[in-house]
Amino acid sequence: MISAGRAYRRRKITNAIMSAAAALCTLVVLLPLFVILLFLIRQGAGSLNREFFTHLPGAAGEPGGGMANAIVGSLVLIGLAASIGVPIGVLGGVFLSEYPSSRFGHVVRLMADVMNGMPSIVMGLFAYTVLVLPLRHFSALAGGVALGVMLIPTVMRTTEEIVRLIPQSIREASLALGIPQWRTMARIVLPTAAAGIVTGVMVGLARIAGETAPLLFTAFGNRFWNWDLLQPIAALPLQVFAYAIAPFDDWHRQAWAGALVLVAMVLLINIAARYFTARQVRLR
Amino acid sequence: MFTRGATRNGDVVFQRLLAGAAALVLLIIGAMAIALTVAAWPAIEKFGLRFIVTSSWNPVSGRFGALPFVYGTLVSSAIALFLAVPLGLSVAVFLAELAPGWLRVPVGFLVELLAAIPSVVYGLWGIFVLIPWVRVSVTPPLQAALGFLPFFQGPPLGLGMLTAGLILAIMVVPFIVAVSTEVMRAVPQAQREAALSLGATQWETTRTAVMPYARSGIMGAIFLALARALGETMAVTMVIGNVPQIKASLLAPAYTISAVIANEFAEATENLYLAALMLIGLVLFVVTLAVNIGARLLVSRVAGGPALMRE
Repeated sequence: MISAGRAYRRRKITNAIMSAAAALCTLVVLLPLFVILLFLIRQGAGSLNREFFTHLPGAAGEPGGGMANAIVGSLVLIGLAASIGVPIGVLGGVFLSEYPSSRFGHVVRLMADVMNGMPSIVMGLFAYTVLVLPLRHFSALAGGVALGVMLIPTVMRTTEEIVRLIPQSIREASLALGIPQWRTMARIVLPTAAAGIVTGVMVGLARIAGETAPLLFTAFGNRFWNWDLLQPIAALPLQVFAYAIAPFDDWHRQAWAGALVLVAMVLLINIAARYFTARQVRLR
Repeated sequence: MFTRGATRNGDVVFQRLLAGAAALVLLIIGAMAIALTVAAWPAIEKFGLRFIVTSSWNPVSGRFGALPFVYGTLVSSAIALFLAVPLGLSVAVFLAELAPGWLRVPVGFLVELLAAIPSVVYGLWGIFVLIPWVRVSVTPPLQAALGFLPFFQGPPLGLGMLTAGLILAIMVVPFIVAVSTEVMRAVPQAQREAALSLGATQWETTRTAVMPYARSGIMGAIFLALARALGETMAVTMVIGNVPQIKASLLAPAYTISAVIANEFAEATENLYLAALMLIGLVLFVVTLAVNIGARLLVSRVAGGPALMRE
């Protein structure tokens, strides 16, 4: 009995050690998140002034100037990406939820997930070959297409999941009244799912808003204002990158400020999305 | 048939519209393969398979070999997985098996936020925080303890393969955590109860009843993280040093596939140079495509149903 007791104690101790190790690893994994946020606030908050949001970039090496054009440029690019990614993503997502077990559906679902894991720089190469090469210069349009393509799988998979949550009885009620399937979908199912889809789209937009690699040789960046979609345009992540690797202290300071704006936006959207989805689930 | 013609037409049009949007995903991936191959063709014709096994990269003389980039990509990803797999799996065990209910949601959310931080922000942090830290606080003790190994020799620069691996590890850990947690949760409760009823402790249950059941899904999670690490661009470009060389030392600067594309593409004016960069991009496309497909198939064997991680 005593030996059994000892073996038991040893097993209990192993159990305690492994549990503690798992908890410790969780802390280790989360540590960089807090460190990064801390540095962003410490280094970036001081430089977030009015000039940063309202001025064009200053001349190389001279202090001052802002990222106004980059912020607007990012918004333009996000708008372009949304106008490509959202309609395709929502329609495709409805298809996946309405015809869930077709062979074609399985292949599309698999490839959408695969596309999601595709390196973003490859999207940039793709947009370069189909838009920059034929048009012969870098353009906002090419950047928007690169980001829009990246948005499609995110929106598609979110839409699929949300639409699938809508109770079958709602559809059946509508169909029983003789309303055709497409009207049932457009007037009843999609409006019911709208809040969830919007949330998913916002999270997807937050993600592409921070993308830099696909813009390097599509949108390219611009030190001035640009409203022509066929010309290069500035973007916040591009500007952060350019300033981070430049040799000027003042630019480093602005890079931190730009990064803080990017991260604040991404985190706020994610937290808001979390909050709204949680509320929806509770309401249901 | 009671349906009126107009109604049926509406439904048919609607169905085709939906199917068309879904099919676009396949079309885009096909178009990518074709566009990249066409753009890379001059380099494929000139270098063929030698491209990935030769190591001279000289745009001026028109000689292109991708070996240093392939090497840098593989080694930095290997370091990342070496660090991220044990950590990520521990967090997954914590979230799926150990943590009390009230802790699971917030901790899971924080790990997700780690995946939401843009790559360029990781890079910025890498340049100004991680690189100095590695130079001052990591390299000296590492060299004191393991300096006799060829992997840890050379001047402590701070930037280089090891730093790139570190930052990649931080970036891919959320993917391992998210997918592994989900496949562990998909393990039937009866599996756990069977082990517990035999008197197993919680850890023994996890090790003998949960892990084996979730194994292929966990492999899928690792593959998914691998694909991320292979293609990650900005953060790596900013900390790896960007020198196309193959050195045994992990403290030496290196270069990766995505980094060379990011750095040199916009200034590549000559046809062959551009084609060589396209070819290296095509290699990355094909490899990540294969790894991703493998990952998804492995994961769906355990969890089935809807996909797991959409970040």
